Amino acid sequence: MQYSEKVMDHFAHPRNVGEIENADGVGTVGNATCGDIMQMFLKIENDVIVDVKFKTFGCGAAIATSSMATELIKGHTVKEALELTNKAVVEALDGLPPIKIHCSVLAEEAVRAALADYYTKIGREIDFEVPEKDEEACHIIPEE
Amino acid sequence: MEEVTKERFVYADNAATTPVAPEVAEAMTPYFTAVWGNPSSMYSKGREARKALDSARERASKVLGCAPNELYFTSGGTEADNWALKGGARFMREKQGRTHVITSTIEHPAVLRSCEALEREGFRVSRVNVCKNGILDMDELRRTLDGDTAIVAVMYANNEIGTIQPIEEISKLAHEAGALMFTDAVQAVGSIPVDVNALGVDMLSLSGHKLGAPKGIGALYMRRGLKINKYIDGGGQERGMRSGTENLPYIAGLAEALELAASRMDDMERIRRMRDRLADYILKNIPHTIYNGDPSRRLPGNLNISFEYIEGESLLLLLDMAGICISTGSACSSNSLEPSHVLLALGLPAEKAHGSMRVSLSHGNTDEDVDYIIEKLPGIVSRLRSMSPIYPGDDK
Repeated sequence: MQYSEKVMDHFAHPRNVGEIENADGVGTVGNATCGDIMQMFLKIENDVIVDVKFKTFGCGAAIATSSMATELIKGHTVKEALELTNKAVVEALDGLPPIKIHCSVLAEEAVRAALADYYTKIGREIDFEVPEKDEEACHIIPEE
Repeated sequence: MEEVTKERFVYADNAATTPVAPEVAEAMTPYFTAVWGNPSSMYSKGREARKALDSARERASKVLGCAPNELYFTSGGTEADNWALKGGARFMREKQGRTHVITSTIEHPAVLRSCEALEREGFRVSRVNVCKNGILDMDELRRTLDGDTAIVAVMYANNEIGTIQPIEEISKLAHEAGALMFTDAVQAVGSIPVDVNALGVDMLSLSGHKLGAPKGIGALYMRRGLKINKYIDGGGQERGMRSGTENLPYIAGLAEALELAASRMDDMERIRRMRDRLADYILKNIPHTIYNGDPSRRLPGNLNISFEYIEGESLLLLLDMAGICISTGSACSSNSLEPSHVLLALGLPAEKAHGSMRVSLSHGNTDEDVDYIIEKLPGIVSRLRSMSPIYPGDDK
């Protein structure tokens, strides 16, 4: 198994690590049994993500995908952030080993979970798919 | 975030493989360049190779306390495990109609997957649990053994947690039930003295690259008089049991490595002290750590510790950036999606198995290596914990 240079760069120098106090949206996905948990904090002004931070418990790919996901949504509108796909995260990282694809899915879900929290807080109806809390089975995406 | 810097290279994964010892490489060279004959050839060029082969077998068998004709060279530990277990089980079914195979939950995949293959052939396989410290549950073994048991396969020392099993006692129980006893001693040979007769086993496997010989050579000890099913058909080498022209340079290398390891057994005390110093430091100075395995019934170079709230692959990658090679029982570092079956068998929850680190020290390691690990490890663990959403803090 080999990581791309981009993955290693984001793993060794993760962007936007930390927490945001009084965040407008916080989302947590994954579970410790499966070996990865991602937590995403959003600061949103006029529907624009002005700041984003993350904390991740997980492997190199989990840290790198979280870091890349924050980069891809920072400064973008909520609508644009909702369009972020795991594929876009994978492409931005110059690919992931097949067994690590589920980390990119988790990153996409962390963003959605944080946005769902934002919608709830401002009393807006959630009109997108929100990841379900799955404590039972580990999130495995089969190789395409 | 602070840059991880590399000031030294420390290889602390000797349970994965060891570098070929210079003495071994030197001992092998003549068999590539000068003594290259086929040991089966009758002319002098073949006879000199035969003589060298016989001598290597004699030297290797002496280290293990067996007779030369009880030792069969193989391509490695995995082959020896497959042969011993499948050959032994099938032999006992043919001769005595026995169809029960007993093993432990913490075996190497070479044994576990061989057991599954035997299950597909109609064998019944019992996997005996280990206690919290990784030692086989002997009461469960006693209850599991029956008159149908063909073979008992329990590893001598575990590759992840280094736990040393009471093989003598297990052999005795297996034999009382009329079963064959096989032990995978791949991790033990070279690290602790191994005497096949004292152990009382019928078969024992070993691997060269764990003790300073190259990859691609191993051996199976098979007690005299026991003739389990042969492994490879062909020209009748290895007393007709495992055909194929003998890999003389590697066999000579294995013999040299075994003798070298036996002569260096005293150095294991130094290795044990280094291991214990590292363990003590980690347990005293890094909070939320768990010592995995038994502290005394353990290979001298092996240390296995779980760091809670972090994941092992990240730890491995950052330590690698610092120049330190270790391994982990995390699912993410392997091609499987499950954390270490050994750590789970100890009763460790999955999230704690994900954060495990195995250090395996050997002759090449020095006190300076341990100092360097001590210098680098705490910062790297802290760094990952500072990023972890589940870390409660050092004093929680």
